[in-house]
Amino acid sequence: MPDPTLRVENLVTAFHTRNGTLRAVDGVSFEVGRGKVLGLVGESGSGKSVTGFSIMGLVDPPGRIDGGRILFQGRDLVGLPEEEMRALRGSRIAMIFQDPMMTLNPVLRIDTQMIEAVKAHHPAIGDDEARSRARDALAQVGIPSPEARLKAYPHQFSGGMRQRVAIATALLNKPDLIIADEPTTALDVTIQGQILFEVQKLCRQTGTALIWITHDLSVVASLADEICVMYAGKIVEQGSVDDVLDRPTHPYTHGLLRSVPSANPRGQPLRQIPGMTPSLLSLPSGCAFRLRCERATGECVQVPEMTAPMAGRRVRCFHPLLSTVPV
Amino acid sequence: MTVFIIRRLMQTAVVLAVMSLLVFVGVFAIGDPTAILVSPDSDQIERDRAIAALGLDKPLWEQYLYFLYGAFRGDLGKSFVFNMPALQLIMQRLPATLELAFAALVIALVAGIPLGMYAGYRPESPVSKTIMAGSILGFSLPTFWVGLMMIMVFAVQLGWLPSTGRGQVGTIFGITTSLVTLDGLAHVLLPAVNLALLKLSLVCRLARAGMRENLLMDYVKFARAKGLSARRVVLVHVFKNILIPLVTVTGLELGNLIAFSVVTETVFAWPGMGKLIIDSINNLDRPVIVAYLLVTVSMFVFINLAVDILYSILDPRVRLAEAKG
Amino acid sequence: MATILPNTALESVPVAPVETPWRRFVTDFMASPLAIVGLIMLVAIIAIALVAPLISPQNPYDLNQLDILDGNLKPGSKAGPGYTFWLGSDDQGRDMLSGIFYGLRISLGVGVMSSVLALALGLSVGLLAAYTGGRVEGFLMRVVDIQLSFPAILVALILLAVLGEGTWKVIAALVTVQWAYYARTVRGTALVERRKEYIEAALCLGLSHRRVMFRHLLPNCLPPLIVVATVQVAHAIALEATLSFLGIGLPITSPSLGLLIANGFEYLLSGKYWISFFPGVALLLTIVSINLVGDQLRDVLNPRLQK
Repeated sequence: MPDPTLRVENLVTAFHTRNGTLRAVDGVSFEVGRGKVLGLVGESGSGKSVTGFSIMGLVDPPGRIDGGRILFQGRDLVGLPEEEMRALRGSRIAMIFQDPMMTLNPVLRIDTQMIEAVKAHHPAIGDDEARSRARDALAQVGIPSPEARLKAYPHQFSGGMRQRVAIATALLNKPDLIIADEPTTALDVTIQGQILFEVQKLCRQTGTALIWITHDLSVVASLADEICVMYAGKIVEQGSVDDVLDRPTHPYTHGLLRSVPSANPRGQPLRQIPGMTPSLLSLPSGCAFRLRCERATGECVQVPEMTAPMAGRRVRCFHPLLSTVPV
Repeated sequence: MTVFIIRRLMQTAVVLAVMSLLVFVGVFAIGDPTAILVSPDSDQIERDRAIAALGLDKPLWEQYLYFLYGAFRGDLGKSFVFNMPALQLIMQRLPATLELAFAALVIALVAGIPLGMYAGYRPESPVSKTIMAGSILGFSLPTFWVGLMMIMVFAVQLGWLPSTGRGQVGTIFGITTSLVTLDGLAHVLLPAVNLALLKLSLVCRLARAGMRENLLMDYVKFARAKGLSARRVVLVHVFKNILIPLVTVTGLELGNLIAFSVVTETVFAWPGMGKLIIDSINNLDRPVIVAYLLVTVSMFVFINLAVDILYSILDPRVRLAEAKG
Repeated sequence: MATILPNTALESVPVAPVETPWRRFVTDFMASPLAIVGLIMLVAIIAIALVAPLISPQNPYDLNQLDILDGNLKPGSKAGPGYTFWLGSDDQGRDMLSGIFYGLRISLGVGVMSSVLALALGLSVGLLAAYTGGRVEGFLMRVVDIQLSFPAILVALILLAVLGEGTWKVIAALVTVQWAYYARTVRGTALVERRKEYIEAALCLGLSHRRVMFRHLLPNCLPPLIVVATVQVAHAIALEATLSFLGIGLPITSPSLGLLIANGFEYLLSGKYWISFFPGVALLLTIVSINLVGDQLRDVLNPRLQK
């Protein structure tokens, strides 16, 4: 079997602050193959973005990768010299960020920002060639009259258009892996739909692997092949998207699905997960979710291991919901 | 944009009118210039003749109107002491002051921006901490005292550089300046460095703060995610963003430098208009005081205006948002 | 179940002292060794200024204690009356150390006094502007903007050219120079705070405007104001020294550090450095210590940089 595009093994990324060490990512493992889409789902603070930045090698001090391996096409990125990492970033691995209002430099024109991305990896390419690549990339993500738009500044675009520019920039060097960190959260629902559609199409066509980080289960449902649900730095449930969403086994996944408004019958009170996301500084011992969990028992003060309750499914819980009816 | 500029110009006129009135009345309420100009043994007739010659026997409002009338023709009165038109006197001294302020500004920018950017890029390194400690010192150093110490060390003890005066001047592009002759440069070095010190800290801190704030921005992370070298991220992406506040402040500080050259000129006996105003205050040379004030105020207002325009050119968001008041 | 959980939680959490805002502030402030040095220096300088007459070897302004024969002595020379001029003496035979101690009193006094007055004035104007809004605010802030577009030294220069010499006139000039900074800071913060919900809540509770303004709004505007005030005291001291040096500041009868330095100017070229040098060092240490403290206050009180 060939290497998957990306294989993360036991990744630990921690922030060493004055108030103590925060393990933002705590023993995370997953893999994504060519042309596949992995949904990384969790609430804010669950460590899903830090996972993305760890793969990019963009975790800044006081943060640090403390353990595990990130195998990209069979090559471990952890501890790779900065120059080699830089050569991969934006070339083989690209990233799209959450807020399109903030990701483009406000004082540089779009063409400057796109051409530099090409030339950073292909110094031999001339300005004209780089420019035509930028124009093609803009056209590819559905920006009308790309030639004229190249000369514009970011503030002349709407939020959705800016995100398309960011995506086009990420696509410039035809990466093998794209990490998308909640790229549609700040956009209107209709624009979100369009962008999801375009991105999915691109990945299928080019064989690019995609990690889609989000807190929105409905986005994942329509996009991903596989899904990883994160809670407090750990993956608590992992499996194919249809399986997990139809028959969640972890109480947290179950709770998340029940709190989606559309999943509730009309007129019934919305279910919610009691309590709030714990601070990483004061996690309860054992299972981090146990204080909010209705199924928790004394056993849960131990740390649960990943188990495989059924084929193609992994869950980190002592009391998975195995026989329950779908949500 | 034009509307914006016209409105600013009108505001300028009001400020100038109010200032001229306040200062004219204020200046004329103090002291008696005849006490200095007329010798103490002179008799009453001689004294009266001097007063009449200076127009001091007329009521204050009449003197003001006369002054305003003159001001519109570019005549701000005659210096009691130098017996020449005050405006001409100031214009004669202006180039020396501008030259000093300009040299100081260049020194502050050329040294301050790199230092500040480095300190912001590596805030934890010992070099950065030294730079920041130095900048606090620079902020705190009283300009005039540093000037004295510089004279003491470089002129008196080491004898490397001259301590007073402007030195030889040369002409370049039709401008007469001491920046093009060796002797002139030797003379300008100490005062310019002295004047630059205060602004050096400011520029350094601004650059550092801008660096720190911009490094946290998403666009920096996105630029790094594109695989750009750290060099390009800092020198292109961050630098252009830092430049905006720096240009604004620098423009305003040029005015500040001109004002502060009063101190440096006094210390280094630099024949600019700062030294002139101090001498005039001590001599109660009213027309020169008033003329200096009006010239400086106009200069300031126009510098502020120029900065606003430059700012809108640098920041595309402002340029297109169309200036509002 | 539910009764067990809190117990386990208690065991796992180490007992930490309660972090009050004040304690947090002190801890944060003390995190910088430089700031601690500044604070110690500042306290020492204030103490010296307060007790100057008690610790000075000589009363430098009592003519009976001066001997012209002791004039222009080098640092460390023995004086006639039996004590040592550790920092030398000036042309009048005045002990520089004593002169500096007395000078600190005057410089600090003028600086603090002018800052307090400017603070009171600026605070009132700023709060008034933020609270009333509309035309009053527009007018007041326009005045502030115009004044701030002129450099402090220029404004002070003009005022003193107009007003003439005198301690209170210098203070008046320093207040004029400073008040606008406070007004702008207060108004800026107050505007931000005003929109916050706690103000609305207070108004909804039917509290009087004055109470809302002073008990609710004001305390929340304080942190930036404290920072500005620290920096402004340093500015005021430096500016007073500069003006006095130029000969348009304090009168000879109030010999501040600036006047001492000016006094030594003419002797500098003949190598008698100490008359200007030591008062300058004292001035520098004073300003540096205030700025060190102010700098750390800014970092500690700035919510943007808090992690």
